[in-house]
Amino acid sequence: MEPKVLVIDQKDNVAVALEDIAAGTEILLPDGRRFNAADAIPESHKVSLADISASDTVVKYGEAIGCAAGDIKVGEWVHTHNIKPTEGT
Amino acid sequence: MDTFSGYEREDGSVGVRNHVAIIPTVSCVNGVAGLIAREAPGAVPLIHGHGCGRAGRDLELNVRTLTNLGKHPNVGAVLVVGLGCEVIKAEHLASAIAESGKPVEYLEVQAEGGSLRTAAKGLEIFNGLLASVGREERTEVGMDRLILGLECGGSDAFSGITANPSVGVVADWLVEQGGTVIMTENTEMIGTSHILERRACSPEVAAEIKSMIYAAEQRTRDILGQYASLVIAPGNMDGGMSSIQEKSLGCIAKAGSSAIRQVIDYAGVPSEKGLVLMDAPGYDTESMAGLAASGAQVMLFTTGQGNPIGFPIVPVIKIASTSRLFRSMEDDMDIDAGVVLEGKSLADVADDIKSLLLRVLNGERSSAERNGQSGITCLYVTNPSF
Repeated sequence: MEPKVLVIDQKDNVAVALEDIAAGTEILLPDGRRFNAADAIPESHKVSLADISASDTVVKYGEAIGCAAGDIKVGEWVHTHNIKPTEGT
Repeated sequence: MDTFSGYEREDGSVGVRNHVAIIPTVSCVNGVAGLIAREAPGAVPLIHGHGCGRAGRDLELNVRTLTNLGKHPNVGAVLVVGLGCEVIKAEHLASAIAESGKPVEYLEVQAEGGSLRTAAKGLEIFNGLLASVGREERTEVGMDRLILGLECGGSDAFSGITANPSVGVVADWLVEQGGTVIMTENTEMIGTSHILERRACSPEVAAEIKSMIYAAEQRTRDILGQYASLVIAPGNMDGGMSSIQEKSLGCIAKAGSSAIRQVIDYAGVPSEKGLVLMDAPGYDTESMAGLAASGAQVMLFTTGQGNPIGFPIVPVIKIASTSRLFRSMEDDMDIDAGVVLEGKSLADVADDIKSLLLRVLNGERSSAERNGQSGITCLYVTNPSF
């Protein structure tokens, strides 16, 4: 069984894990993209869909939810440890 | 274009239910309203805790809410029960409601000579009103005649992923059909002002959005002080929320992506169609009373922890964020949006919601209606009483 993730908006660069995903598991997106989870991703948490450079915007619901505190690689767990508030909000 | 069948009212609104409401002017006569309702099958008493001991802004809020609940399109006729010495007078409330063109009667306990005499006379009046609404029939109308209220209560980590975005698809569909969608709960918009302002149809509306959300944020700080940051709480973070924006985006996902046409005050009636924001708190029962007073004929209520509450005169459709909740509170839930977690698309869940919504508009009872989840009508006020 492929682990399930949900991409809420096409502009998003993170997806939501619909179940606990172990590090190293291959993730398949509905559009055919494949990558491996770099970390363990807890259920309802976010996984990066692309490399996000430090200070670049993290997008969910098609909107900025913060920006990368450092470089985030595809497949990494995205949470308070690597997101900081977007400037000016 | 989709249609639904409803009761066309003299003021141009369309009801999807045909209730006879009993509205106490003041909480002191709740018991009398209850006595009448007990003997009158089909009576819908709007039991509430207000009607006296207030002035200024709070009196205005009380009067507007009770008047607009009486004018609500799902109400075919109204019996106002007053006391006599209260601030909100039965005669005034009845005549304000009667502007809608529906039959309205009133009586007062002090003038009638006590609770039992009032209840007996009230029951007689009620039966007359019931007979008159019983003669009304449904006609088919377009979705542009619908006002949909949005509510979320007892959210969990999945609310913003499954239930709310599914409802957002339904909200966008209704706006496309020319209908009206009201989103409220200003505390759940904190952190997203810049996003909602961008969606405003004019700079004036953008300014109103900004001031509403700023005020909600200030109130939260005033009340919670150092704990204000807990609006993004450890529990939210455990659930994967990394910022207040992310949490609020999950809440406002209910409203889809349409432009925001108007900001209305609590219990105000929108003059615009499309997506409208109402300035009301996040407390479910108070925001639901505000949505009902705004004329919403139906509500979609998303829940993650499971909230059973409905509203006396408005069908409320419960959308569970997980299948776990749907199964554990099956009696109270209408739709299982948790199937998104098993791979069903948001669009498919939205289709299920739409189809149930249309059935409920046409008369099918929602779970909250079947279970008699009316509760008391919680009116929002801003200050202590005197």
